Parts: sequence; C-alpha cells; structure tokens
Amino acid sequence: MVVDKLHIENVLKSVTDPEIPVLTIQDLGIYQGFETEGEKITVLITPTYTGCPAMDMISVNVKSAMEEAGYNDVEVKLILSPVWTTDMISEDGHRKLKEYGIAPPVEKTSDKSYLSGEEKIVPCPQCESKNTQLVSQFGSTACKALYKCIDCLEPFDYFKCY
Amino acid sequence: MGEIISLKRESLLKYVLQLADNALILGQRLAELCGHGPILEQDIAITNISLDLIGEARILYQYAAEIEGNGKTEDDYPYKRDVRDWQNILLVELPNGHFGYTIMRQFMFDCYHYYHLKAMTNSGDERLAQIAAKTIKEATYHLKYSSEWVIRLGDGTQESHDKMQEALNDRIRFFDEAFIPSKIENDKSLNGVAVDCTKIKASAWAKFTEVCQTANLEIPEVKFPQKGGKDGVHTEHFGFILAELQFVQKSYPDSNW
Repeated sequence: MVVDKLHIENVLKSVTDPEIPVLTIQDLGIYQGFETEGEKITVLITPTYTGCPAMDMISVNVKSAMEEAGYNDVEVKLILSPVWTTDMISEDGHRKLKEYGIAPPVEKTSDKSYLSGEEKIVPCPQCESKNTQLVSQFGSTACKALYKCIDCLEPFDYFKCY
Repeated sequence: MGEIISLKRESLLKYVLQLADNALILGQRLAELCGHGPILEQDIAITNISLDLIGEARILYQYAAEIEGNGKTEDDYPYKRDVRDWQNILLVELPNGHFGYTIMRQFMFDCYHYYHLKAMTNSGDERLAQIAAKTIKEATYHLKYSSEWVIRLGDGTQESHDKMQEALNDRIRFFDEAFIPSKIENDKSLNGVAVDCTKIKASAWAKFTEVCQTANLEIPEVKFPQKGGKDGVHTEHFGFILAELQFVQKSYPDSNW
C-alpha cells in the first residue's frame, strides 16, 4: 500500500481514548506524529500516567484503525520525551471534557500552586457553580481527582494538573 | 576499553533494577489493599498510587531489558528472580499493618522518592533523566497525599495520634537505608548517572521532620538503622511477597495471555 501521509495523519487523529471516548488522542495531546520507513509506519505516543492501563489499549486501537485503513505494518512506540502534561490537552479537548461531565484542568502546570497545597476553584461541569469541594486527590482513573458540587450536589471528576 | 563499557553496562543494569525493585515492591504491597481500604476513597487513592508505582517499575524494567539485551523482557525481572537478587530497601517490603503503618511507610518512602527523582532529572543518563521527569509528577501527588494523612491522623484524636506514633516508632529505623549508598550507587562508572543518595538526605529529612512536627509526632532517635535490602538481604516478609507475586509464573512457567 502506498504511504499517503495526509491520509495516515487523518486516521491517527481520529483514534479515541478508551477511558474518555469523547477525546481523540490528538485532543489529549499524546499523539506525537509518525515516522515512515518504506511501508513500515511507527506511530509515536507519549504516555499520560506511567501506569495508565489505557496506554496498551490505545496502542491496540491505533493498530486496528490503521489496519482498517489498509496499513498493516504499524508499530506504536511509547516515547518519554516530550513528557506529557495536561497543558497539551487542546482547547477543543477542554470543551469536550466539560461537555462530557469531567472538569478540565483549571491551570497550567507552570503554575506550581497545585503542588503547594493551595486549592484552586474547580467549577462544576454540570451547573457551573464555583461552590465545589475536593473529595479525594485520587479518582476513578490515575488522571482524575474526585470533587463534589455543593450547589447541585453532583459528584464529578476533575482532570487534575499533571 | 570494551571491558570498561560492559562493566559500566552491568553496573547501570543493577542500578536501574534497584530503582525498579523499590517501586514494584511498594506497588505490590499497596495493591494488597485493593478492595480492603479503610474507606472507598482511600481504597481508590492507595491503589492509584500502587498503579503509578507499578507503572514506574515497568518503564525501568523495560530499560533494564534493553540494557541487558539477549531477548530479556520487562517481565523477566519481577517474575523470574529469587529473593537475593532483589535490591529494594527493606522499608517497602514491610507489611501494611493498620492504616497508620501503611501511611507512615508511604510517607517515609515519598520523602525519599520525591527528592531522589528530583535529583535524577539531572542524571547524565538521558533515559533515567526522562523517567525521573515523568514520574516526579506522580511522586509529587503521593508526597502531598501521605503528608496530609500523617498530619490529619497525627494531629487527630488521641487514638489516631497514638497509632501514628506507634507506626513512627516502629518504622523509623527503616528510613535511613535509602540514604546509605550501596556498592552500586558508589560505583565509579556511574558517576553523574546514579543519584548521590547522601546528598538528598538533608532535604528528605527536612520535609519529614517538618510534617512530623505539624502532626505532633515525636521522632525517636535511631541507634541502629536497618539495612541490607540493597544488597539482597531481606526481611522475613519478603519471601511471602514473591510467593504471591510469582505464583502464576511458577505454576505455569512462561504462560501467556
């Protein structure tokens, strides 16, 4: 099969995250391009959390999306540099997260206040209220913290700064 | 010259395994609490931390396998080595005990781990520096979490205070092993690659002391720090960890999904 770079790019960009299916791997910022060598295609992914079980799933999904598009010689390579940070989530990604009910990261990682213990206001993705409370720094997946909204009483996930 | 290079490779391999073993064994200990945490949120938090540590161990074991070559994979190290080959510090293999013990062990490890990774981001070995830059983000959350719990329980009710003090009294002698260099950490060929653990001791202890003071806990004096783990001499608990960790591999060698 002829390697059509634009076609490949479009196929890869459409692969979604298994945990948060509204986000593509491009929205998430983990897709780092691809390299070709003859017919062999190496897709570069920078992992989110080191232990994230979704990473293996993403590799499988990338391969099967590529196979469907007709590319059979595909390898997914996890790279550690650039280090993934939540700053790499696109603006589109932020919007989609919120619509999905997950509060997107409220600050850039260059703002180190999240480390010093100073709590930021995380608006509720359901009712926009700023009257919310941290329940636990560790939530349903490695990348999320658990919050609750004092006004609408809904618990919600927060995609924490990383 | 060739011999020097291969000696360096062997030392680097051993060093990487030492780092990986710490992360994996603590990850395994914390995983024992999956479904058994004191309350749901803490069950989830503890297992999240476990997952981070196992993830860190994986990228280190993958690196080890690359260094060693000869077809080794990341799975060979955790599943196919016996007690004496493991180089983790004794602290991480100690049993979970009550929640105070689990938190105190975590807090001690986090104080070491965080400053160790911070120093490792400057390692002359590019891969180790990258791994440190990645995993320190996770270790930062761990340290925050365990510090908060030490303070909440230490400065909590009389009972929670007593339990934290009990855990501190029992575990403090295992804290310093992390800062006593092993033969490998002192290996000249790893100069600038391996972290000088004696140099991070002051920062780790400063954090440790600050949190203990806020938590109203008294740090007992340690006359004889316990060590040996880095040289493969482990506590009586360690064999049981491996028995569970390696059970499937021993019952069905080389089995695959």
